Amino acid sequence: MIKINNLHANIEGKEILKGLTLEVKPGEIHAIMGPNGAGKSTLASILAGREEYEVTEGSVDFDGLDLLEMDTEDRARAGLFLAFQYPVEIPGVSNINFLRTAMNEIREHKGMDPISAKEFMAMVKEKSALVELDPKLASRSVNEGFSGGEKKRNEIFQMAMLEPKLAILDETDSGLDIDALRIVANGVNTLKSDKNATIVITHYKRLLDYIIPDFVHVLYDGRIVKSGTKELAIELEEKGYDWIKAELV
Amino acid sequence: MEATLMTTNSTDFTKNWSPTALSFPKKLIEQATEFIETTHFPTTRDEHWKYTRLAKLSKQQFLQSKVAATAEFDSISNSNNRLVFVNGLFNAGLSNLTQSNGLTLTALSENSAVLNQTNVDVIDLFSAMNICFAKDGIHVHVAKNQTIETPIEIVFVQTGEQTAAVIHNQITIDEGAKASVILNFQSKNAKNTFTNVISNVSVGKNAHFTLYKMQTENETATFIGTENVTQERDSYFHIHTSTLNGLLVRNNLNIKVIGENADTHLNGMYLGHGSMHVDNHTVVDHTVANCESNELYKGVMADKSTGVFNGKVFVRKDAQKINAFQSNGNVLLSDDATINSKPELEIYADDVKCSHGSTTGQLDEEAVFYLRARGISEKAARQLMVSAFIGDVINKIDNTEVSDYLTSKLETMFGWDF
Repeated sequence: MIKINNLHANIEGKEILKGLTLEVKPGEIHAIMGPNGAGKSTLASILAGREEYEVTEGSVDFDGLDLLEMDTEDRARAGLFLAFQYPVEIPGVSNINFLRTAMNEIREHKGMDPISAKEFMAMVKEKSALVELDPKLASRSVNEGFSGGEKKRNEIFQMAMLEPKLAILDETDSGLDIDALRIVANGVNTLKSDKNATIVITHYKRLLDYIIPDFVHVLYDGRIVKSGTKELAIELEEKGYDWIKAELV
Repeated sequence: MEATLMTTNSTDFTKNWSPTALSFPKKLIEQATEFIETTHFPTTRDEHWKYTRLAKLSKQQFLQSKVAATAEFDSISNSNNRLVFVNGLFNAGLSNLTQSNGLTLTALSENSAVLNQTNVDVIDLFSAMNICFAKDGIHVHVAKNQTIETPIEIVFVQTGEQTAAVIHNQITIDEGAKASVILNFQSKNAKNTFTNVISNVSVGKNAHFTLYKMQTENETATFIGTENVTQERDSYFHIHTSTLNGLLVRNNLNIKVIGENADTHLNGMYLGHGSMHVDNHTVVDHTVANCESNELYKGVMADKSTGVFNGKVFVRKDAQKINAFQSNGNVLLSDDATINSKPELEIYADDVKCSHGSTTGQLDEEAVFYLRARGISEKAARQLMVSAFIGDVINKIDNTEVSDYLTSKLETMFGWDF
């Protein structure tokens, strides 16, 4: 699905990623954990195509495509989805209209006809129920006046609508109470199939109690320094990130 | 008198024009004539024209038509009440008039005795020119307690080269009456045209009046338009000014509220593109107590366009319990576009609620990225954002024919989809 090889990246001259390598296969859920400043969100940003980062070395192969050469929208159309850590409020742009535009651009990319209004509305109803998002919110302006939890659920709602191959959840658990966390996780688990994959970026193990990862990686100082199964998350929770730091010295 | 060397004699500008055919009071014409003879073209040293340069305009000469030509035109409404003016002259053949109870709708030239009572003033060079040289305009009169359901549409089309249309409109809505008028300015096969229009509007007690002003004359057109509105007590007035095109467009809106409990809405949108210059000057003068005014102007400026918003709200002494709200928002789509926004409040009463705000910025790049990250192209993302920004003002339009026309224009001119 995605092969990240020896990725180095800077922002404003400061090196954040220092040779990150990771492979995710279809059907897998990978968790990336790490202390603040390790480069977790940078990785998500680079994969989504934020232009303020400069990739200096390495490559990313996304289903045979050279991801780093693609525009943000082309990455999305090819099936990459980023659930934002801080979803943006866009006054005046209706959640539904924007999503329909997005969906049709993706369908056009795949050579499919635009979705019919009826089919689309049925899908909105089904997918908003999945994340327990009030259908009224679905028709409001994008994220405007949404609570923190509603914004995160809206991210997963969009993910459910767009059916990406690879979803990257960037600190989706931050700011969520336990109920919202359960709802978000339930959404992600329901959408899981053997054809798609998920990268869960998180600081805490908490989310991983609900979304069970196949692999856990520790990102530290711009590289993956340790990989394991879900037990690694438990160990991290117990010993803290200092344990990793100590081990590296 | 160094300044005179740099300015242009106003009489040169109008020397090919023939005197007005309308019956303005003689004294007013004398006053206007004297004004033109003694006043030079405004320069950017004049406070009212600080950001709008008229130097190029002042050196040109435009010709007034002698007879009403025929022209193609677009109409906004399906109205049975439609008057068409070509280059400022009434074309009866293109017009469509149905008799409605309580409605007088004629070319002003056919009924210009109403101007005996006019309260129009010589306030600047363009009003003086208008009084001296206006050829025609509309006369709308809605009698007491009459409701005119269908909007009245007046099409002003410019056609030909270097043409001048000098138009004077008189709109009187009597006590308890209700009506709406669309002033639809446009050009067809036209180049370097000049339009000078004054609309004198009187909204009577408890009357309800909506005015839509649509400017789509082409990118070679100079348009200077003024609405002078007086509002009596318990009246409702709503004006929506849309400027979509032009070389130089100046909209002056002067609203004087003279009766209590009046409700005033002034909304506008302007879309600068190419090397267009668009200038909106608005004045709401609250002379009496217990009134409310709401003003929302939004602009989207692209390319090398320049814009001005100057919104003034007066609350006179003893005009207590006034709620006056004003907001101007601008989005600059290019580094070369500029806007000068100046909200002004002058409040002489002490028990009022007034606010004004002005914002100018670029599109939220974080939002553009968010939309792109969902698969929407950059171009479509920006259009979506712009549409959302300007959609706010369009939503204030009650008449769906007007809003549909506007949105279809936006789609054909800019590719914006709503």
